[in-house]
Formats: sequence, structure tokens, C-alpha cells
Amino acid sequence: MSQFALNLIFIGISFAIYIGIAIWARAGSTAEFYAANRGVSPVMNGMATAADWMSAASFISMAGLIAFTGYDNSTYLMGWTGGYVLLALLLAPYLRKFGKFTVPEFIGDRFYSRTARIIGVVCLLIISITYVIGQMTGVGVTFSRYLEVSNSTGLWIGAALVFCYAVLGGMKGITYTQVAQYVVLIIAYTIPAVFIAMQLTGHVLPQTGLFGSLAGGDTKFLTKLDQVVTDLGFANYTGHHKSTLDMVLFTLALMIGTAGLPHVIIRFFTVPKVSDARSSAGWALVFIALLYTVAPAVGAMSRFNLTATMWPGAVEGETYSQPAVSLDAIQNSPELQWMRNWQTTGLLAWEDKNGDGLIQYYNDKAEPGEALAAVIAEQNLQGNELPTVNNDIMVLANPEIANLPGWVIAIVAAGGLAAALSTAAGLLLAISGAVSHDLVKGWLAPEISEKGELMAARVSMAVSILVATILGLHPPGFAAQTVALAFGLAASSIFPVLMMGIFSTRINKQGAIWGMIAGIASTLLYIFTYKGWLFIAGTNMLEDTAANWLFGISPASFGTIGALINFIVAYVVSNATEELPAEVVELVESIRVPRGAGAAVDH
Amino acid sequence: MSDKTSSNAYWAANVRIIWICIAIWALVSYGFGIILRPLLSGIKIGGSDLGFWFAQQGSILVFIVLIFGYAWRMNSLDREHGVEE
Repeated sequence: MSQFALNLIFIGISFAIYIGIAIWARAGSTAEFYAANRGVSPVMNGMATAADWMSAASFISMAGLIAFTGYDNSTYLMGWTGGYVLLALLLAPYLRKFGKFTVPEFIGDRFYSRTARIIGVVCLLIISITYVIGQMTGVGVTFSRYLEVSNSTGLWIGAALVFCYAVLGGMKGITYTQVAQYVVLIIAYTIPAVFIAMQLTGHVLPQTGLFGSLAGGDTKFLTKLDQVVTDLGFANYTGHHKSTLDMVLFTLALMIGTAGLPHVIIRFFTVPKVSDARSSAGWALVFIALLYTVAPAVGAMSRFNLTATMWPGAVEGETYSQPAVSLDAIQNSPELQWMRNWQTTGLLAWEDKNGDGLIQYYNDKAEPGEALAAVIAEQNLQGNELPTVNNDIMVLANPEIANLPGWVIAIVAAGGLAAALSTAAGLLLAISGAVSHDLVKGWLAPEISEKGELMAARVSMAVSILVATILGLHPPGFAAQTVALAFGLAASSIFPVLMMGIFSTRINKQGAIWGMIAGIASTLLYIFTYKGWLFIAGTNMLEDTAANWLFGISPASFGTIGALINFIVAYVVSNATEELPAEVVELVESIRVPRGAGAAVDH
Repeated sequence: MSDKTSSNAYWAANVRIIWICIAIWALVSYGFGIILRPLLSGIKIGGSDLGFWFAQQGSILVFIVLIFGYAWRMNSLDREHGVEE
């Protein structure tokens, strides 16, 4: 059976399952549409949260980010998991007790201010729209690579599918589809990883394989990897090369950003009880960890496999003990078909610069060591001959690099789509909820009936899907800045305001509003200084290099500083202005105790 | 004991547990994984050192234990103070 037919079958089956669930889980009320009637078990919600959370970036890009940088990018692993501890301890149980439908609604009620609620809506929209564009482009890329349709056709197919279950089922439909998508994506991620770990280290578990020995010897895998990459002039894999301060701030920005992402928070509104919200965050992290502890192994092993493909000597002994891979093999050998496949996508490129018929892959950006310098002189190298290796290849081409069977490749395609679609649906729900519940019901038409609001929610969902698809077809410049923009804003605005709303009985309306404004403004200002005003190329005031950054803090790490500014401004302004009204103090005291969460379901 | 003092005691106990959890959360990730890594480099694990393991796997495993530990402790605290659901 051809690879194309296999891809079609696996993707087709997974889509049929999602549509079946959509028909089964139609929503009949706003409580079902926004919060799945608060009837989702904590384990199910954990699984749905994991799928909601793990996006195209986690599935496709993260292992590659770690593969080419090594230890320094552990920040992503810790940053994108540690936020769940903050959610479980600081936010989820209390927001569940509050018992409403959206994040801006809590901000508006707790700070007794429509202005605060609208600032919350604006932040939510910027964060979620930036985030959703990346998912939609991911859907387009995956479709076009595996189903041989054009990028835009792929995107419209994906959009039509999301339309089916998101518009019909709202949170209820999305939750159960996400559970199915989680199963697909975790199988797709794990199978190739297990194969590769077995081949390289003989371990079934990639997690232990990473710290194990190479198969058939007692050299530790990581020792070998460090040796091979340093031989080629790259920084050693396990070493610490970046600024410690920036690593800490970046990890913290990712953690508090995660805890402040509205589409993640609203998932915890679907469980029946406050105690379920606590344990559900734990289940979410268990399911996330199944992928996140495999990702560093996939990164390290695929880096090794790529290097060993380019320099076959690396496997047995010295990296240069055999000549580099030949141009002839790359163009004709069936084992290297994957290189030709990925060359056509532009994500991989080679060039025989010195015309010796070999493709030598090494780091030409750093001063070469003695051995490498000798090779450069002897083989008359004119520069790295594999100049383009996109991060994303590491997961998507992994099964092909390791020569795994065709059905594994088809599963990876279905998994990539599941990761992108599940996150897109969660984001679209957060967007449509903010529009229909916070803007329409909360502001423009407060008299609207429950039925009318459900209709408004469906219409805004449909419009959001359309807008996201169009933006996915023509991604604006800011779409590439998800990490800096979405996490930076969530960290500097939403996380602090929610936390202060729960843990303080002193922070008032003025404090919250000015705190949010100061947090957002300082973060955006810092990002724009280095990335350009509204990310328009050429309008940046300082070049985006480590030497220019204030105290070496990168723009993507600044969310942590923005959050700190938010806290300080809110504290100072609140202490200079009015005390909290008595009914708001009562609200804070009521969300702090679990009893009575069930009664809060009725709206 | 009035409702008010009981609920203040409940909240104070909760905040104390949160502080302990946050301290462990920070120690394994920012501490062992990043800042204290040079101090732990003598402890070798599979071709690298303990800090590398914490940064790539260990901290995530501790996070999971922390959340379930917190959820379990809070369930019994809820019952002690009679505020469970």
C-alpha cells in the first residue's frame, strides 16, 4: 500500500471519530456550551486539558528546539509544565468555586468594574488570536505534506472539521473530541520514540534510554552525543551556555504565562467540584508529562541520528573515521528518500560547496577545534554544506530517518493534526465565549435570553473560525511571536490580576486596572523595542541581540518583569485609594472555601 | 469557634501549604535544574549530571507529585474545617 493511501486511511479514521463525537455531544444550553454542564470527570478533563495545551508547537517543534540547542532549551520543558503547579495551587480551585463561564467575567466581578472586564477581554483576544494562527498554519502544513493537497485546501478542511464539533457542541463537543485527540497524538508521538530508543540504546522507554548506554557497548549515549557534536564544532549538548538569569526569567515567564492562558483556565470550569479542579490539574500534568518526558529523548536521539547520517563514522568510532555522506547517496539512495522529500518543502537544503561529491555537515560559525581545523584544511571545506535543517523536521521526519514502517509515518501525520486541531478548538472557544458572554451578554445586550446567548455563542464561534482560517492563510508578522506575545501578555496581565483577586482583600478596582495597564504596556514596549513596532520589520529601535538586551533579558523573558511591574503598581495604587466594598470582600471569602461549588452552577 | 475564625484558620493553613509547595517547585526547577546545577555536577547520571536530569525530566516528575500531594492534603484540610463539598 502506498504511503499516501496509508496517510489517507489514518487521517480519515481519526476524523471520522471526531465527527462522530461531535454529533453525540451536541450542546443544548449555555452551561453546556461554555462549561460542558460542569459534568466532566477530573481524569477526562485532565486528558482534554493535555490535548488543549499541547499544540502544534509542543508536538512538532519542541523536540527540535531541544535537539539543536541541548540543555539550554530545557527551559521549555520546565516552563510549559511548571505552570500547572501554579494553576492547581493558586488559580483553578478558586475560579471553579467562583462558578462562572469566562476569565474576564471573574476579573469584572472581583474588581467590580466593566473597564477591568473589557481590558481582560482585549488581552484574551490578543493572546488567543496570536496563538490560534500558529495552529491553523500547522494544520495547513501537515495536510499539504501528507495528503498532497495545497496548503489552503488543507486549512479549509481543518476549519470545516473544527466547525462541526465546536459550533455544534461548544465546550462539551470540544472536551470529548480533545480526549480522542489526546489518545491519537500521544500514540503518534510515543511509537516512533520507542522504536528509535530501542534502535539506539536498547531501552524500551525513551526516558531511560536518554540516560542509558548505546546499544552493544558501554559508552553512555549522552557522552557520545556530546563528543559527536563537539567534534563538528557545535556547542556540547549537555553544557550550559546561555545566561543563567535569562534562563530563569524565561522559564518563569512560560510558567506564569501558562497559568494565565484563558483557554487553559476555562477547562477547569468543567469539573463538578473544587477538589476535582485540584486533582484534574495533576491528571493534566500526568498526560502532558507522557509527551514532555519523551520529547528530550526524541530531541537528543534525532540529533544523533541526523549527525550519524551525515557522518557515518560517528556511530562506530571517531566522527571523521569515515567520509561524509556522498551527494550521490543523497540523490539516489532509497534510505535517504526522506532527505529528498523534505528538500521539496524547503525545510532541508544541502549544497556541495567545495565540489568534492560529499556533503560535509559541521558548524562554520565558530572557531574550529584542532581536529576539525585539520579536516577543513585536508578536505578543503568552504563552509557547512547542510545549511538548512528546520527544527520541525526532527519530529516529522524522525520515523523516516530511522526507516520505520509506513503506518508509523501515517500515525505521526494524524497526531500532528490532532495536536493542532485540539488546541485550535480550545482557543476558539475562549475567543467566542469572551465575545458572546463578556461583550454581548455582559455589555452590549444584557437583556439577551439564554437561547439568544447560545445563538450568539454559536455565531461568534463560526466567525472566529472564519477569521482564524483567513489569518492562517495569510499569517501576519506577529504570528511568529507566539511565545513572546501570548505568553508575555498572559504572564504580565492575566496571571497577576487573577492571583491578586484571590489572595488579596486589599487590591481594588483602580489597582487592578492600572496594574494590568502597566504590565501590558511595559511588556509590549520591551518586545516592540527589539522586534519592531507591531512586529513590522525594520521599525525596531534596537537590534535583537543579547548584547543589547537590558541586563541580558530577552524579549520573550520580559513577561516575568511585566508581571512584577503589574503586582507593584496594583499594590501601590490600591493602597492609595479606596478600601474594597464589603460585598466584594464577601465574594473573595466565598471563593476561598470549597463548600457550595455545586450550587454555583446555576447562573 | 465562630465561622469567621474557623475560615481564617482554614485559609492560613492553606496558604502555609502553598508556600511549602512553591518552595519545592522552585527548588527543583530553578534550583537543581539551573542555578545550583554546578554544585550538583559531581553527581553523575547516565552520561551527564543530576542538574541535567532535573532540567529535562526530574522537575516534571516532582511537579506531578506536588500537585497530587497538595490535592490530597487539601481534601483532608477541607474535612478538618468542615468546608468540604
